[in-house]
Amino acid sequence: MADREERKFAEVPRDSVKLMAESVGVELSDDIAAMLAEDVCYRLREAAQNSSQFMRHAKRRRLTVEDFNRALRWSNVEAVCGYGSQDALPFRPLKEGELYFVEDREINLVELALATNIPKGCAETMVRVQVSYLDGKGNVEPQGAVPTAVQSLTDDLLKYYQQVTRAILGEDQQLMKVALQDLQTNSKIAALLPYFVHVVSGVKSVSHDLEQLSRLLHMVKSLVQNPFLYLGSYIKSLVSSVMYCILEPLAASINPLNDHWTLRDYAALLLSHIFWAHGDLVGGLYHQILLSLQKVLSDPVRPLCSHYGAVVGLHALGWKAVERVLFPHLSAYWSNLQAVLDDDSVSNAQVKADGHKVYGAILVAVEKLLKMKAQSRSVPAEGSVAVRERSFPGLSPPQEPVSEPGFGIASHLLQGAAGVPAEEPVPVPLPVMYRELYAFFGDSLAVRFSTGPGIEPRASRAAPHQPPDSKKEGMGPDTTRKMPQLTASMTISPRQDSSPKNEPSLPAVQNSSAAPSRFQRSSSSSLQRSKPPPSKAAQRSAGPPREVFQKSRFPLPPATAPFSFLIAGRQTGRRCQGRRFQTSFPQLHPPNPSAQPPRGYAHKLPVIGRMGKPIKRWVCSQYSLHLPL
Amino acid sequence: MAAVQDGPIELEPENEIKTETSNEVLGNPGDASGGVPPTAPVAAVATEKPAAAAADSTERQTLLAVLQFLKKSKLFESEEILRREAGLLNEIGDSQGSGVGGAGLGGGGDAEPESGDASSLLSRVAGAAATASANATPAPAKVTPVVTGGEDQPDVNVVLAAYSQQGDPVLYPVYYSGLKRFIDSVLDCHRAELSQVFYPLFVHMYLELVYNQYEKEAKAFFEKFHGDQECYYKDDLRILSGLTKKEHMKGNETLLDFRTSKFVLRISRDSYQLLKRHLQERQNNQIWNIIQEHLYIDIFDGMPRSKGQIDSMSGSLAGEAKREANKAKVFYGLLKEPEIEVPLDDEDEEAENEEGKPKKKKPKKDSTGSKSKKQDPNAPQQSRIPLPELKDSDKLDKIMNMKEATKRVRLGPESLPSICFYTFLNAYQGLTAVDFTDDSSLVAGGFADSTVRVWSVTPKKLRGVKTAGDLSLIDKDSDDVLERIMDEKTASESKNLYGHSGPVYGISFSPDRNYLLSCSEDATVRLWSLQTFTCLVGYKGHNYPVWDTQFSPYGYYFISGGHDRVARLWATDHYQPLRIFSGHLADITCTRFHPNSNYVATGSADRTIRLWDILTGNCVRIFTGHKGPIHSLAFSPNGKFLASGATDGRVLLWDIGHGLMIGELKGHTDTVYALKFSRDGEILASGSMDNTVRLWDALKAFDDIETDDFTAATGHITLPENSQELLLGSYMTKSTPVIHLHFTRRNLLLGAGAYNP
Repeated sequence: MADREERKFAEVPRDSVKLMAESVGVELSDDIAAMLAEDVCYRLREAAQNSSQFMRHAKRRRLTVEDFNRALRWSNVEAVCGYGSQDALPFRPLKEGELYFVEDREINLVELALATNIPKGCAETMVRVQVSYLDGKGNVEPQGAVPTAVQSLTDDLLKYYQQVTRAILGEDQQLMKVALQDLQTNSKIAALLPYFVHVVSGVKSVSHDLEQLSRLLHMVKSLVQNPFLYLGSYIKSLVSSVMYCILEPLAASINPLNDHWTLRDYAALLLSHIFWAHGDLVGGLYHQILLSLQKVLSDPVRPLCSHYGAVVGLHALGWKAVERVLFPHLSAYWSNLQAVLDDDSVSNAQVKADGHKVYGAILVAVEKLLKMKAQSRSVPAEGSVAVRERSFPGLSPPQEPVSEPGFGIASHLLQGAAGVPAEEPVPVPLPVMYRELYAFFGDSLAVRFSTGPGIEPRASRAAPHQPPDSKKEGMGPDTTRKMPQLTASMTISPRQDSSPKNEPSLPAVQNSSAAPSRFQRSSSSSLQRSKPPPSKAAQRSAGPPREVFQKSRFPLPPATAPFSFLIAGRQTGRRCQGRRFQTSFPQLHPPNPSAQPPRGYAHKLPVIGRMGKPIKRWVCSQYSLHLPL
Repeated sequence: MAAVQDGPIELEPENEIKTETSNEVLGNPGDASGGVPPTAPVAAVATEKPAAAAADSTERQTLLAVLQFLKKSKLFESEEILRREAGLLNEIGDSQGSGVGGAGLGGGGDAEPESGDASSLLSRVAGAAATASANATPAPAKVTPVVTGGEDQPDVNVVLAAYSQQGDPVLYPVYYSGLKRFIDSVLDCHRAELSQVFYPLFVHMYLELVYNQYEKEAKAFFEKFHGDQECYYKDDLRILSGLTKKEHMKGNETLLDFRTSKFVLRISRDSYQLLKRHLQERQNNQIWNIIQEHLYIDIFDGMPRSKGQIDSMSGSLAGEAKREANKAKVFYGLLKEPEIEVPLDDEDEEAENEEGKPKKKKPKKDSTGSKSKKQDPNAPQQSRIPLPELKDSDKLDKIMNMKEATKRVRLGPESLPSICFYTFLNAYQGLTAVDFTDDSSLVAGGFADSTVRVWSVTPKKLRGVKTAGDLSLIDKDSDDVLERIMDEKTASESKNLYGHSGPVYGISFSPDRNYLLSCSEDATVRLWSLQTFTCLVGYKGHNYPVWDTQFSPYGYYFISGGHDRVARLWATDHYQPLRIFSGHLADITCTRFHPNSNYVATGSADRTIRLWDILTGNCVRIFTGHKGPIHSLAFSPNGKFLASGATDGRVLLWDIGHGLMIGELKGHTDTVYALKFSRDGEILASGSMDNTVRLWDALKAFDDIETDDFTAATGHITLPENSQELLLGSYMTKSTPVIHLHFTRRNLLLGAGAYNP
């Protein structure tokens, strides 16, 4: 073992040789297999050694399949065909048995041969010269930049480029649509890609103009969706443009009348799209994105709209991103947000409005997180192993000992004493997570879950069967089916939510807090540390904790009630673009104050998200933050 | 100082003389190599009767063996010739009956007649050994060489059989660590020198273990001691570590190199005596045998060298160069330029001179050169190598050159050159080689997709000559006939040349811009016409990929080198090489002509640079010191110095006359693929895979050394650590590896590479 590590080269184990032999119908003894394996290793290394010189002489850094085959050919060995693809070949494990293989998809040759959309417009190789350094010092252009004119264009292409950019950035909506459509399907514009990317990178210069920004984003979307374009390293540039729209405190957002929130949502959606479609192009892209989102989120100096961008960005990147970045940051971030939300001064009104936006976004993200977690838990119960393996590796183990009774009392104590911050690498089990989140959101969270069953026959009874409940194996399948429907049910939910019927969620809370603590005491969280009283209380009994909790958030409920409510209508602004928030006030206001007693303030917050949902979906479904997974 | 070979050398076994019998490497183009099938990988090695009176019996045996070999290879013609020459008619008849001749072949010959691989390796081995000893007496080119293959080279099996000696495998580590302890205990001044022994000893002991099939012991031995070796041997060690079976040894080239070429060590007499005494006292025959059989210890009198001195020179595959290998006189001076009066109104001259299209050039004596002016004492005779006669167009070009030179920027540390970078865009096919014409009017690129592309970088477009039918219609007496023969319809900015069937690894313009050479993985070198943009000749001679080729600065000749470890000198009008330079132990990776066209330098993957005399075919210099394959070479314009760049990112400077390393330029972090001196030699530009161009103060680098009173005789240099002082500037490209550099006649620096996003 030691010497294997020392030598640092691939070894072909005996078993592989045997397997190969078996596959061609030869039975090998162990000795022969061992000898063959050793010889194969040696030949492999020899071939690798020989191929490296082809790489060196081709003045490349990357060894290609071609090089390897050349080496084989020159040593009178048949070349290995079929590995010339540019894409990395996925190396997959097979669940049953310790078997790993390279995926070998079948290609329909007829389809390939008769394909009409053969990519054209591969640019001509050419030489361009620029004076790089005058007299050895004057550095004319910044070092290490990309050459300005990556290629010269034919007249046709140039015309196309001008027309399309003009159409997209111009006034005519219809024309823009046509141009975007063509950009999305044209197979001959590979040569123009750098130009379009350059245009898109102009986002920074139009940060005052929401219209233009969103048009540029449309352009990105079209480029990304064009199947004939190989984005390659341009993906970085595109991503940075999109990130700009998501995260930067745009000039346009100074005016509260501008609905930059929509832009951010759209950009986040686009980001997730780019990532899912092309994330493999640039190694570590995902982590870079996460890192920059995290940076923004943890920077209290940034304006709230940036934070909002970070949250929706994370949300768009999937619940894993939320779990990895947002969830651990939540406790730290919460105090800042709360400070904003608690400030009722008039001067703070605008900021507070923004704060509620962020709150809503976080809530939505967190809700999704919980749902997905719940789903990932319940899926194994259904027995579909493959799915679990793929999408939720490593999540199942901590959830298995659910039914185990245990440290009921001890956990209680432990939680109070939880002083150790939980480090995040270990995925937090759902119940704990729910409890923590509940500590922040109170019933608003529970309500969101209650809505799902709400539309089902047993609407009012639904609450007890909430996520915490789904821990119980029996409920597993039921929950999974329900979860996705939550989104759809949003349309009707406002009605429900405006009624004080949400009380039933209380038991759910109790359940949720009690059950997890029984087995997961070790994963005490930072949240509990920061807010021990509510969580402890929540665990003990339903009523008081909520009171305490709400009070701490809204010291002056009656006074601020209309206000907070009004702002909560985050999607209203979107719907009537540019209209003042207040205008939407009357629409939403009447039913609420009348229906809600002061102590129900906790219920108002859910409205933020819930109110928005239906309208949002109604306006434009693709703006939805909920990505079908 | 003079005592080079005494005591220890006598201990060498007898067969050492055999391998070192003077072999002149001299392919004769006129003499078609008889029955040798063109594909047979037989290095044409010419034997010559040993100048020194070698033992008669040895010679005879060798001859017999050769004849035997020829017979076996069915080379009857050659056999006939050799037999006649040697007057051995009768004896052969005798020995025919007795089967395999006595010398060297010892039964191995018939053992595996079917192994084509072995014989190809053999031929390389033959080549490798052939130049091991630099020949003192240059042979006249008239000598009719006898084409043979692998004479006096025992079979692979025999080579390896030298390892068959039995020793207790358990004792190997004991011996080795015993020696290690001893060397650790000697005085500091000797320790560095004696430590050189470790690496070759280690390798040979390991191989002996493997050969005798003590796999486990071999592995243990490797694990235990490989950490002690110098880091610059790690590439070789990696290969070695993979080699654990006797069967693998047969086909392994690295291994054969170790075996066939003695590892050369330079050790002072004192240190050597110490070692010898120790080994004899201990009766440590195992190690003593290896030292005697596989190492060549070059003993010198005087101070032992320091660690730094040793490190700077070692690192090559087969140790350092023997000192006598670098003793030959090299005429590094420049040839005298023919005197051309610069006419004031050259426009008229131009019209008059350019009659008739330049045809195939023939080498003639340079008649234009008058010998009145001062002759460089170090320059070769003007006619030492026959050079093509200057055509009128060449003279015109020279005049242009001189005019340009008057406008040349004088460079120095204070006035650095401007840099223009030619970026190859959309080079998806992979740009592998670039060359500029001397007047910087054309640039050519070789690509991995087998194409060669030529671009005009001036507004003047590239045009082909009209077809034969159209040409016959032209008024040949008109003044502008050269214009008229061009076909305007074909004018374009670039031309593609198709013909190769593998990646193009090297290209070179002829100095007169009429031709372009390209060499490729398909083992051919092609000559292209830049008048018609078609291929004129495909030179076949190499058996493996050709890595580099270059035109002589005077045209007509060119050099090529490749994976088959030989460099070949060609003339454009001969389809076979004029000279074959063999001696490198690994691929020849780059080739360069000396400015006076009398020498060529070749850099190799064996981490040595060799300088070859074109006239005699001898290797006149071996430079060791690089720690990685050498990928670029450049002669200084005055012909005195050579710069070389390798994969280790270092650039080394060499004094050709003295055969010494004189400088080390550290700074690049990746392979140096391009080196070029400015027109007056003040600045050395280096371009690398690390996307930078660096400028170095060449004058200072050379001056510092020249003021030093280094002793050329010992060759022990201490390199000043002054890379940082010499570095004048480091310039980033835009994500573009630099693969070629060129100074225009006015000293503008041009770089080239493919944009690599």
